[in-house]
Amino acid sequence: MDFMASKQPENSLLGPEADSQRTLYPYVTGTSVVALKYKDGILMAADMGGSYGSTLRYKNVERMKAIGKHSLLGASGEISDFQEILRYLDDLILYDNMWDDGNSLGPKEVHNYLTRVMYNRRNKFNPLWNSLVLGGIKNGQKYLGTVSMIGVNFEDDHVATGFGNHLARPILRQEWHENLSFEDGVKLLEKCMRVLLYRDRSAINKLQIAKITEEGMTISQPYSLKTYWEFSAFENPTQGAVGSW
Amino acid sequence: MFRNQYDTDVTTWSPAGRLFQVEYAMEAVKQGSAAIGLRSKTHIVLGCVNKANSELSSHQKKIFKVDDHIGVAIAGLTADGRVLSRYMRNECINYSFTYESPLPVGRLVVQLADKAQVCTQRSWKRPYGVGLLVAGLDESGAHLYYNCPSGNYFEYQAFAIGSRSQAAKTYLERRFENFSDSSRDDLVKDALMAIRETLQGETLKSSICTVAVVGVGEPFHILEQETVQQMIDAFEIVGEQEGPAAEPDAAAAAGQEAAAADQGGSTEEGVAPMDI
Repeated sequence: MDFMASKQPENSLLGPEADSQRTLYPYVTGTSVVALKYKDGILMAADMGGSYGSTLRYKNVERMKAIGKHSLLGASGEISDFQEILRYLDDLILYDNMWDDGNSLGPKEVHNYLTRVMYNRRNKFNPLWNSLVLGGIKNGQKYLGTVSMIGVNFEDDHVATGFGNHLARPILRQEWHENLSFEDGVKLLEKCMRVLLYRDRSAINKLQIAKITEEGMTISQPYSLKTYWEFSAFENPTQGAVGSW
Repeated sequence: MFRNQYDTDVTTWSPAGRLFQVEYAMEAVKQGSAAIGLRSKTHIVLGCVNKANSELSSHQKKIFKVDDHIGVAIAGLTADGRVLSRYMRNECINYSFTYESPLPVGRLVVQLADKAQVCTQRSWKRPYGVGLLVAGLDESGAHLYYNCPSGNYFEYQAFAIGSRSQAAKTYLERRFENFSDSSRDDLVKDALMAIRETLQGETLKSSICTVAVVGVGEPFHILEQETVQQMIDAFEIVGEQEGPAAEPDAAAAAGQEAAAADQGGSTEEGVAPMDI
């Protein structure tokens, strides 16, 4: 049996030898991030869990970080890739500050920079395995956007990653409105996070809520949501179940 | 300036601490036809004199749009100016692509200046022989910069470069304090009058000058020839010393002092370099 193997150039990322040099699957992952615009800026929530497959391995991972003066970045997916992104952004903000000229990169600029990075990595078959949420406010203009690991990006009044898209966004579509107060915004986020806690296996009951306004970014201390497990539907859950074998 | 033994290489200092090649490059700017720029809080106007070589030829393009929010007028070696405009357009477009945001003028101007500086410190290069008046809108407002072949840049309320620019500068010096709050149309009128000053009595018509505007809500564009001619006619500034609609002089004394000094295209050797 004669076949011609395709010859890759030495620096290509395709072919079996190069698999050790590019991301094929994530290892330590964070789950959903949910964010919304409110009266004074952006509110974002994420739990502090880092899963190692199905094991809830790390329980003190901060998945939201301030970027420069005007932006807040939350990430789900591979935690080490998130840390790499933070390094890129650190350099970006540093060079921006070094101009020292009264101009600064706002959330829109950071979001688009991240889109370029994510898309270019995807094109090289070596993605940063994250879904990112970028929110901020500059000169009174609120901005909230998201970028996926394949470079899909868009802005909206409320965004979420992962399971949050399926469980939290419907709640937000119903109940979000312009000019939410801080308390109402937090309540709405907690409602979303609670649903995620009940239904997402990789969620843990230890979350932080971050807010960014013109004054700056603050992030809450980690705290837990109250949960209720005495719903009658949860009692004897297998009672009416049809067996599969 | 006279020839001396330190002026062959751009990388040779003179004992007085001067780089003659760089200064000669600045002379090239002074030989080019005039370009002027002036700004208010919300608008910047660029204007230039476009003299064709002969009646048979067209005139050279001296004002370039760099981006919706930035434009440049050049004086000196127009070929060098074209190349630098292409560089500026490239920088703007790359920044826009990465950040979906317009490149702040202040940063573009610094990049341009650093590019010019490189040519003053390489033995196999020569300085760019063109002065650029960069007009642009930022987050922080309207800006007008002047970029020298030396790699220096300065910000101005109003400025003029090229041959017979001193006359325009005198006019601008008398009026600049009012420019901040000028309306867009008054700014264009002042630009046309400044251009007229450099013509030394020749009739101002739209066929020998070009005017461009950029402002808040108004992307950079070069005004149509008919529009310019209409403005010239409307302000009745053809061949007049001071139009009837002229504002009262704010600082006439300062204007006279400036007129008495340096005539532009200085031939004094002892004059400190880099003075414009």
